[in-house]
Amino acid sequence: MNEIPILTLTTFLPLVGVLFLFLIKGQSDFVNKTSGYVAILTSSITFFASILILINFNYLNPDFQFVEQHDWIFNFVNYKMGIDGISLSFILLTTFITPICILATINSIKNRLREFLIALLLMETMMIGVFCSLDLFIFYLFFEAGLIPMFLIIGIWGGERRVYSAFKFFLYTLFGSIFMLISIIYIYFDAGTLDVEKLLNIQINKDYQKYLWLGFFASFAVKTPMWPVHTWLPDAHVEAPTSGSVILAAILLKMAGYGFIRFSLGLFPDASVYFSPLIFTLSIIAIIYTSLVALVQNDMKKLIAYSSVAHMGFVTIGIFVFNKEGIEGSIFQMISHGIISSALFLCVGVVYDRLHTREISEYGGVVNVMPKYAVMFMVFTLGSLGLPGTSGFVGEILVLIGSFKFNYWIAFFAATGVILSACYSLWLYRRVVFGEINNLKIKSLTDLNKNEYFILTPLLIMTIVLGFYPSLVLDLISSSVDKVSNNMMDYIKIVDLKK
Amino acid sequence: MIEFQNILPEIFLTIILLLLLILGVYLKNSFRLITKITILTLFFCIPIIYFNFDNQIYVFNNNYSINIFSNLLKIIILVSSAFSLIFTGQYLKRIKLDKFEYMILILSSTLGMFVMVSANNLIGLYLGIELQSLSLYVLSSIDRNSLKSSESGVKYFVLGALSSGLFLYGCSLIYGFTGSTNYLIINENFSVNNLGLIFGLVFVIVGLAFKISAVPFHMWTPDVYEGSPTSVTAFFALAPKVAGMGAFIQILFIAFNGAFTEWKSIIIFISVASMILGSVAAIGQTNIKRLMAYSSIGHMGYALAGIATGTIVGISATLTYISIYVVMNIAAFTCILFFSRNSFYFEDIRDLGGLSKNHPLVAACFCLILFSLAGIPPLAGFFAKFYIFKAVIESEMYILAIIGLLSSVISAFYYLRVIKIMYFDQEKEKFDEMSGLGMKFSLAASTFLILFYFIKPSFLINLTEIASKVFN
Repeated sequence: MNEIPILTLTTFLPLVGVLFLFLIKGQSDFVNKTSGYVAILTSSITFFASILILINFNYLNPDFQFVEQHDWIFNFVNYKMGIDGISLSFILLTTFITPICILATINSIKNRLREFLIALLLMETMMIGVFCSLDLFIFYLFFEAGLIPMFLIIGIWGGERRVYSAFKFFLYTLFGSIFMLISIIYIYFDAGTLDVEKLLNIQINKDYQKYLWLGFFASFAVKTPMWPVHTWLPDAHVEAPTSGSVILAAILLKMAGYGFIRFSLGLFPDASVYFSPLIFTLSIIAIIYTSLVALVQNDMKKLIAYSSVAHMGFVTIGIFVFNKEGIEGSIFQMISHGIISSALFLCVGVVYDRLHTREISEYGGVVNVMPKYAVMFMVFTLGSLGLPGTSGFVGEILVLIGSFKFNYWIAFFAATGVILSACYSLWLYRRVVFGEINNLKIKSLTDLNKNEYFILTPLLIMTIVLGFYPSLVLDLISSSVDKVSNNMMDYIKIVDLKK
Repeated sequence: MIEFQNILPEIFLTIILLLLLILGVYLKNSFRLITKITILTLFFCIPIIYFNFDNQIYVFNNNYSINIFSNLLKIIILVSSAFSLIFTGQYLKRIKLDKFEYMILILSSTLGMFVMVSANNLIGLYLGIELQSLSLYVLSSIDRNSLKSSESGVKYFVLGALSSGLFLYGCSLIYGFTGSTNYLIINENFSVNNLGLIFGLVFVIVGLAFKISAVPFHMWTPDVYEGSPTSVTAFFALAPKVAGMGAFIQILFIAFNGAFTEWKSIIIFISVASMILGSVAAIGQTNIKRLMAYSSIGHMGYALAGIATGTIVGISATLTYISIYVVMNIAAFTCILFFSRNSFYFEDIRDLGGLSKNHPLVAACFCLILFSLAGIPPLAGFFAKFYIFKAVIESEMYILAIIGLLSSVISAFYYLRVIKIMYFDQEKEKFDEMSGLGMKFSLAASTFLILFYFIKPSFLINLTEIASKVFN
């Protein structure tokens, strides 16, 4: 198994699909249909490839596996790939969500479908690449290259204010990541290598760690997004087409969380300890503030977008309490948020495709005409607010346990977020699904069709399975998280001893 | 006689140039023939240079240097000159500029650039600059019936003459204080305490900064770019920048190597000013040629940042940057020359509305080119910027790196705006289909290089590293 470069294959498989998509010629109906098939086929093969990786993955080994290494830029950058449990869980999330996105796209988008699918598959390559790469330069390449397809997805297929949102998304993220680029170049001159595996064992000069940490933070904070640089997210989400929102919420935001765990904690332990109060403050503000903002939204997508910011606040708190529960919880939270928020966006997409509005006030009494939809939507809403038995609960409770161990007050404030998330989610659900039918158009709505079932069911299953059997993910990440958190704990001990 | 073997490319160009001049006078309607011969000549020059690529020699009493550095630059100049003729396609004929003098002028300015990058003597450099510039003045005003073209020619000439005057004044100061115009002797007789000499250096830098349109000597650029015929604008954006940058490096690193601390701050200022102005001033532009003018000012700023480091790594980064810049601009101007309908060439970016629907392939190429100009990975433009900032950070000039990267974010905005118009806006009427093999070839080749540069980036870097070792 080790001879086959399985990670490279998985990463670049979607590009093969892109190549085929370019070659399709003929009538527009034919092109749309075939390109749909090609895209689904490619993404399914990619999914199976990632399952293959999972089967061959050694759960007990905390180090990087399937490592591939080639010379790329002489003496400077090696093309190096490898995964541990943490990366693998995100890769699986990516390959699982992408086919669902493609299915959703084929249903809802008629205009320039082929180009859209090309952009989606390009995104998939970039996202898998981010999680696989073990060289900072390669990581940066994948991290940034994703901007181009996402910019086009929002800009071409988005809603009314798509241009504004696409520009905001692009410039915000680009602005954040240039500081990361400077840090990466500096690390190269300080440590003499960009190989993550080696860097994890090297002490980076303590005087500069703080600046380098801030450089990475600038990029990840924008991408996470953390308060106060989160404003691009609601705009991007609202204007992006459904599958664009799904990709954005499910995977793009997770790149930052992954980056925090892998690079901020791994490379700059000193600075991470030093700056953790900053992270807590920003995260708690994010949780409370964006939850309150979510309460007053009139737009369904915007509400879910703000709830994403709040959920990511949990994630960053969990990462920076440094203990095993916290980090495991935040990874689990990211996976679960990836599934649930994409499901919620898809649910909004379902009614949007029918009524072409996302205004909450236009809806009401949907349960009368779409009972099955109401059930689905309910499960995901409950998952989003963290009801026991859904995947949302596990992540939140782990993060809360972790933060209790660290500091009561942080846990206290984070817990208010749980209550607030119940408020806005349930209220959204009540206004959309229950109540009188005020709008005549609602009466004409039809329930979920086959395709929509097919899209939402896997997400439903995953939400509940992960809720009852979280070990599915936790076993996978356990040994790698142990390594990260033990490393950090050692650091904190050293710091305490010195005091 | 031995010495003449070493300047074979220059001799070859001169002979062909004179022959073509005679041919053009005696043959009627010889435009197409002469175009073909010119392109062939330019391409044929490349193997001549490549044949003696590793040659490192001073000729004519150390006044003319042939080495890998100058050879590499000459090849880049040849490629850019040749492509600026290839992608012109039907343009010159359509706007009724199919005069054979055009080719002669291109050739003579190429010859001038050869002298610029090889000169090891201030007088030689001045000759090169003048030969190049005089041809460019005429080229920019070659469209006699257009008011704008004539205006831009005159503007360019007046300002160019002024800068040449400043340059000469600087040379005379340097000559007065060191007793020679030869770079090597200047370097020997150089002393930091000599204020007059530093003055001379400043004037020389001003003269050269004008030629590569670096801020604050950039004022002519947008007007000349806009007024000149598009094919001439393309030529302006390509070869003269390469030559100017080459002359810059030669003079700073050979003649004034000892004055590093003195010229470093000047170059940093010019570089920062160019980067900022190039990115900010372009935001309001709607004319694509003006936009490209500001874009090239910005790009020169980045290239100068590499020189400002004063290291070998910096030179190699600048060379890499310039090479990739040339490829990107070849691609961009091919696209600009494509935007025509019924022999009317569009320059307003708003006319590109919906290009992605009417001409998906060209739009995709132009989109890639613009992303590359903005420096988004994994395209070639990103690598170009990356090498520069790597060199800059290696020299611990963090502020310069941060300013540069910030301005690259700002500049991303106006490149994105063009993409927005092509992809997000309402469609307009179709443009004419791309005619001619030349345009297709140049667009395909350059886009291919931009897109797939990341597969083997080492090739160019190794080459530029070897070339910059000359200054060790």
